[in-house]
Order: sequence, then structure tokens, then C-alpha cells
Amino acid sequence: MDRPFGLLAELTYRCPLACAYCSNPLELAAYDDEMSTAEWQRVFTEAAEMGVLQCHLSGGEPLLRRDLVDLVRTAAELGMYTNLVTSAIGLSRSRAEGLREAGLDHVQISVQADEPATSDRIAGIPSFERKLKAAAVVKDLGWPLTVNVVLHRQNIDRVAEIIALVEELDADRIELANTQYYGWAWRNRAALLPSREQLAAAEEIVRAARVRLTGRMEVVHVLPDYYSEYPKPCMGGWAARQLTVAPNGHALPCPAAQTLPLPRASVREEPLSTIWDSAPMFTAFRGTDWMRDPCRTCDRRELDFGGCRCQAFQLTGDPARTDPVCHLSPDHALVTAAVDAANGERRHEILIPRPHRS
Amino acid sequence: MVADGDRPILSSHVRLRFDPTRDRHVLLGPESVIVLNPTGADILSLCDGNRTVAGVAAVLRERYDRVVDDEVAAFVARLVARRCVEIHNG
Repeated sequence: MDRPFGLLAELTYRCPLACAYCSNPLELAAYDDEMSTAEWQRVFTEAAEMGVLQCHLSGGEPLLRRDLVDLVRTAAELGMYTNLVTSAIGLSRSRAEGLREAGLDHVQISVQADEPATSDRIAGIPSFERKLKAAAVVKDLGWPLTVNVVLHRQNIDRVAEIIALVEELDADRIELANTQYYGWAWRNRAALLPSREQLAAAEEIVRAARVRLTGRMEVVHVLPDYYSEYPKPCMGGWAARQLTVAPNGHALPCPAAQTLPLPRASVREEPLSTIWDSAPMFTAFRGTDWMRDPCRTCDRRELDFGGCRCQAFQLTGDPARTDPVCHLSPDHALVTAAVDAANGERRHEILIPRPHRS
Repeated sequence: MVADGDRPILSSHVRLRFDPTRDRHVLLGPESVIVLNPTGADILSLCDGNRTVAGVAAVLRERYDRVVDDEVAAFVARLVARRCVEIHNG
């Protein structure tokens, strides 16, 4: 069996921001019982022993963990490439220097828009200026910097200005990631899904920027799968390359999998390698044996693995069905209905923010 | 393109290490893992910013029976495009 390359360590779901597209679970209170420093350090050790090479420290806002420097140090000493995925709120120079000294390899900062009013409205708190300052500190300390921007109906028309801002920040990578509809984003889908016209305009701008920025900044563009003909090869296959550990110790093939009707697997109860090898949460959709038609006989089954199990479950109530994004799915009308709505008359679109938690 | 006289060096953003689980060298970067074959690992471990591409090929020719200079240049060029390797000219 293949061994995972990456661990997404969701250290906490507490976050000073309240983005309406947050992928965290809707039932945030169920995750208040966070793992201790020692528990996370044990998980990192088990992960490294089973071949994990990259440790993504994420959340929520990982900087809210007071033990973050200790956790980074442990992951770095185990030889893992360490990546901090942060809102940058709380990334002061002294905190950053501590993390640098502990061996943190890379920082990814989220930015919500290209100017303070929209950015702060989406984030739910004044945060734009602090993000820019933190990005400058990251560069100043010699870290590679990725800026991640979640694109949606309410900011995608500003993608040119967003790219210009990220250029000014001297980022090494920019991720322009259209919203994926899980967690809070699922609840807010109607207000977030862009129109076809918006997407086409953005795509042209991003394509030109990628050419212009070759050799200076890597441009990653994630298109919304609702508009594609075939589903995304979600996670490179179910429980094939990555795993996630939630703040309470639940181990998952991806963060959205907490929604699925499968028995929980907890690193508090079992070693990570046992979970990876044999927990139903990990074995249920591994490989292609679980597939039914149209996936089972499809030429693309090893290319896109039937798409996303969580999306199939969210849209149809059955995680073993073909991802309805696929135009071959018998449930594809569920997706076209959402797309039609996004391309119909303008509605009054209200975003429901996820609650702040600290 | 990469020229024979270029002096490649690993970018400070990436780390080259041996992975005992897969029994291969790996190149780790932000959001990427490249599992290297033994020749790739050899080439990268020789990219120290002093040796030229031609120099790297010369060392490898001594180690193996066959190394085509173009292969070294092409490999380095691919990693330059992915910003894992930087070129010091001249």
C-alpha cells in the first residue's frame, strides 16, 4: 500500500476570521477538545515513521496554538517540510522569528481581496493591513511566501488587482483557488458560485498573468469543478497520498470527510499507521473496487477516481455515487441546477459568516 | 534553456533528503514532493553553485557508463522551470 506524503494538521478550528467560505465543519463546538502538545508530537512522530514528508500546520488559525513553535520544531526535527497555513493574524515579527528558528520552511498567507474594505468585510474583522505587514515580515526573514486567495462571486471580478497586490508583496507563489463547496462554503453556495461570464473573464486574466510572471511567481489556478466536464481527481485518490488530523484527533482522508457516514477513527485511540491501513474511514473508497457505473467501467477511473466522495455525499446523500460534477453522472442535474442559478438573474446574496472563535 | 556553462544550485525554498520509507531521495518544496530516481538525486547533489552543468555531467560520466550531457541539462532545466533549482551564470 502506498504511504502518505502529506499530513494536514488542523491544530485548532478557532479563528479570528469569519470567512463565509470556510471549509471547517459547521459543528465547530464538537472540536473544542483539542489535542495536547504531547499528543500532536506523537502524531507527527508516527506520521514521519510511516513516510509523511510534509507537515501542513493549519486550522482554523494555527497561530492561536501557544505551542506552535514547539510543534514546528518537532516536525522539522523529524525531517518533514513544514508549512504554516495562516490568516497571518498574530504573526508578529517576534513570533515569526521564533518559528523561523524552530525550522519552519514555508508560510502561506490568506488574503481575501485586493483592498481593505472588501477584504475586511469578507474576513469579518479588520485584518487586511495586518496581513500585508505579516507578508513583508515573511519575505524579510527569507521564507518562501505563498499567498492564497479564495475566489468567489464577490471578489473574482478583481482578480487582476488581486494578482497585482500579490506581486507587490513579492510572493513566490499565488494560489487563486475558486471556492470548493464544503463546510461553510456549502451553506453559502448560492452567494459564492460565480457566473460563467465571471469565470471566463478571470481565466483570461490569470492566463496572461501566468505568462507574464514566468520565472518570478508560480501561479496556481483552481477552477470551480461545478463548471467542468469531469470531476477533479480529489486528493489524488481516496486515502492515497494525504491525510488530515482534526483538532480533536479524528483522522480523515481529507478535511471534508468528517461529514461522511463512516465510523470515526481517532489518533487518540489507535496508531496513525493502523488507521491508514485498516480504518474503514480510509479503506472505504480506496482504489477502484468500490465503484459502480458509470465509474466502474469508465476509462477515466484511474485519472479522476470518481471525483470527490464528500461532494457525492453532500449532493446525493450517497458517498459511493459518481461525483455529480461529472457530466456522465446520473445526478448531474443537481450541479447544472446550481450553475443555472448562478447564471440567472442577480439575486440579493447574503453571506452567512462562520462564527469567530478564540 | 540551460547552457553547459551555467552553474545550478538548489533553491533555498527546497530541501533534498533521503526518504527511508521509499528508499529514494526526495526534493521537498512548498506543496510539492518530487521522488527522485538515483541519477536525479546524484545530479542534484552535485548542483552546488560552483560546478557547471558540463562539470556535473563529467562527474556522472565517471560514475556511470552512460550519461548524455543533454540529459543533465534537460533535467536541470525542468527543475529550473519548477523553481526548485536556480542558475548562477558564468
